Amino acid sequence: MPVWLTDAEYRTLSAACARLIPTDETPGASDGGAADYIDGLLGAFSVDPPRIWAGGPTSGRHGGARGFEGFLTLGRLEELAWRMRIEGSDGHPERQFNGPVTGWQQRYRDGLASLGSDFAQVEGAEQDERLRSAGDFTALVYEHCCEAMYGAPEYGGNRDGVGWDAIGYAGDVQPRGWTDTEVSSP
Amino acid sequence: MTTDAVVVGSGPGGAAAAEVLVRAGWTVTIVEKGRNHLLDPTAPEHLLGHFSNDEVKFFHRHFLGPDPLIEPRTFRAGPADGEHSLVGEVNSIPSTVGGGGVHADGKVPRFRQEDFALRTTFGPVDGAWVEDWPLRYDELEPYYAEAERLIGVAGDDSANPFAAWRSGPYPMPPGAPMYGATLSAEAARRVGLHPYAAPTAANSIPYDGRPACNNCGFCAFFGCPIHAKGDPVAMLQRALASGRAELLAETFAARIVTRGRRATGVEVVAADGTTSVIGAKSVVVAGGAVETPRLLLLSGLDHPVLGRNLMVHFQTIAFGVMDHDLHAERGRAVTHVHDDAVLVDEAARQAARRAGLPWVRGGLVEHGGPALPVAEAKRYPWGPKHKSLMRSSPMRKRLWAFTMQGEDLAQPTNRVDLDPSVRDARGLPVARLTYAPHRHELVASAHHRRALVEVFAEMGAVGVGVVTSPGVPGELGWEGPSSAAPQSHHVMGTARMGTDPRTSVVDGFGRLHGLDNVVVADSSVFVTSAGYGPTLTLVALALRAASALAGSSDPLQGGAVE
Ligand SMILES: Cc1cc2nc3c(=O)[nH]c(=O)nc-3n(C[C@H](O)[C@H](O)[C@H](O)COP(=O)(O)OP(=O)(O)OC[C@H]3O[C@@H](n4cnc5c(N)ncnc54)[C@H](O)[C@@H]3O)c2cc1C
Ligand code: SF4
Repeated sequence: MPVWLTDAEYRTLSAACARLIPTDETPGASDGGAADYIDGLLGAFSVDPPRIWAGGPTSGRHGGARGFEGFLTLGRLEELAWRMRIEGSDGHPERQFNGPVTGWQQRYRDGLASLGSDFAQVEGAEQDERLRSAGDFTALVYEHCCEAMYGAPEYGGNRDGVGWDAIGYAGDVQPRGWTDTEVSSP
Repeated sequence: MTTDAVVVGSGPGGAAAAEVLVRAGWTVTIVEKGRNHLLDPTAPEHLLGHFSNDEVKFFHRHFLGPDPLIEPRTFRAGPADGEHSLVGEVNSIPSTVGGGGVHADGKVPRFRQEDFALRTTFGPVDGAWVEDWPLRYDELEPYYAEAERLIGVAGDDSANPFAAWRSGPYPMPPGAPMYGATLSAEAARRVGLHPYAAPTAANSIPYDGRPACNNCGFCAFFGCPIHAKGDPVAMLQRALASGRAELLAETFAARIVTRGRRATGVEVVAADGTTSVIGAKSVVVAGGAVETPRLLLLSGLDHPVLGRNLMVHFQTIAFGVMDHDLHAERGRAVTHVHDDAVLVDEAARQAARRAGLPWVRGGLVEHGGPALPVAEAKRYPWGPKHKSLMRSSPMRKRLWAFTMQGEDLAQPTNRVDLDPSVRDARGLPVARLTYAPHRHELVASAHHRRALVEVFAEMGAVGVGVVTSPGVPGELGWEGPSSAAPQSHHVMGTARMGTDPRTSVVDGFGRLHGLDNVVVADSSVFVTSAGYGPTLTLVALALRAASALAGSSDPLQGGAVE
């Protein structure tokens, strides 16, 4: 069940992510749960504290507590910034001190609609064509897919670390760190 | 409420000033507009544990601020661009308790003797405002030594043949060299350069109650999860532990309140948006070289030089792609540097003469590699190519870079002023940066990049390129007008020091010429940019300025660091 997207939007987005970071001999955006990352971001304020900044100082993957799972609270202005970024100014006077802002929710709603309700069903080549003509929107989805694939799994993507495994990357390493020998040797 | 001193900004400069004033028995209120993710102000040994190895939070979600939606800045290369050509993130350094110190990777070299006497040593340059500083290296040396001791610097005092004299060794030996740096340092030596272990504000051994760095690799742009970085965490902790300092986070200094030639306090906007005045006998301004002139301008200070002579470092970034993995994600981002390009040797003189300039100087060259996969991924195209590029990783695993922090000459036309139309979320005008490099920087970059490319050939790089920041039209890395904005996080010069009140904003001790009890304690006061990171020098100057304010000239007046 998506948090913010409709089921149909979620299907379109999943298909789009799968073209941007495809599955080949290693996992791609679908395996990593990129659509869940994006849906979680768009619906970040549906939970408290919002799912913007994972906690610290360790994730538990290399020792220490699972601190990333406890998301951090936002300050007053930080909440304003993230509501502007996600929800847009949406008529709130305090959000448009430099003019109106279009939020990601609106951009995703419009952008996914522009890909067509049949997007998930059409051929890959046709999907790529539509993604190319969606220009700026595709660039936004791609940025988010990259964060989903190679960011910490606590944000909803990089499921079971598949993104990191695919590229031979250890991810967060505290509190273990790297030994002097690991740092200085080939 | 009244306090002996309000310190605006909790970065390296503000923290250093606070520590000195507290030691002198003063009460200090530190106001910091950013969030506190660092420590419990009432029990400063208790660290909040918010810092982590998390690229999404630190690098892509503005965790340390400033958020460009709330506190944008604007940029233009010159008046021909109109009011501004860019709105949003412009050369921002974190706005958070600890300022830029908490996320810098902390290369903290000292300047050289001639940096303080550039005009006397090399002479003037047309179109630039090259001056001597109102103090000499020898006067600053004891404060440099104290700064290294307070923040905890690891380095080797015998390793750099070009270093200025020093009164003692570094407090700690250097930490482990990164594998890529061992290769680049060897290759650099073979072509006649003099690389050495970078003096770094991260513990190589347990020091001052903080642990040794464990090389986690999330160093530049990240807060240290184990607090092995000392700058400015250690100074803030000690100031707060004294019981005489308080820290007000999410509190914006909107205006210095004055009566005649004296400040009487600071008007602040608190986290909840309410405004009040904190009465103070003295005010120390350490908001960084962009926000400090902004605050002084918002306070109605009218001085013809205020905000002018903005200097950044002109960065020349030579990169080489290797055929094997360098694992730059292990270690402290940069472990080696060389100073050769800071020297004005015969070859540099010839390059200058050919360009019709009297001399050119480059800067410190940092040897380092990228470590962040999300940032890498965003640079590749989408589709099947993304996957193969991420696996072979020419822009992360196999990339090495030399970043030269080139000396940037002061020009009065390069400046910080208040943007005519763009506002922050509090409704106040934001800082506008107007900046274009002098020909000196372009000629120095063109000259010194040759040696860097040569080192890559010696290392066996399979591909080599050079980009600059700010970008130069027609060169690699130019991506339109937005790349004219400098990326260097070293900003200096906007409230320059000097003896003549007509041509300088503060005196040799950072005191505003027109306001006797207001001291600037950050890199705004720099007269020249040198080719070295500004932090150690600004901390040394802040220690000196605060000592003078407190009526003491002894930098070693009893600060305890084991
Ligand atoms: C990734 C990175 C790497 C770096 N590496 C190096 C390096 O290797 N070597 C080096 O020398 N330098 C380095 N730097 C630069 C270094 O961070 C700065 O030189 C240093 O932080 C400047 O210290 P400061 O105290 O003058 O100002 P800042 O660190 O900018 O601190 C100023 C503080 O004041 C606060 N403030 C500003 N205005 C107000 C106001 N009106 N009211 C309340 N609070 C206010 C800000 O929020 C901020 O927290 C690096 C920077 C970055 C971003
Ligand atoms: S590399 Fe060392 S100093 Fe840097 S963040 Fe990691 S542990 Fe801290």
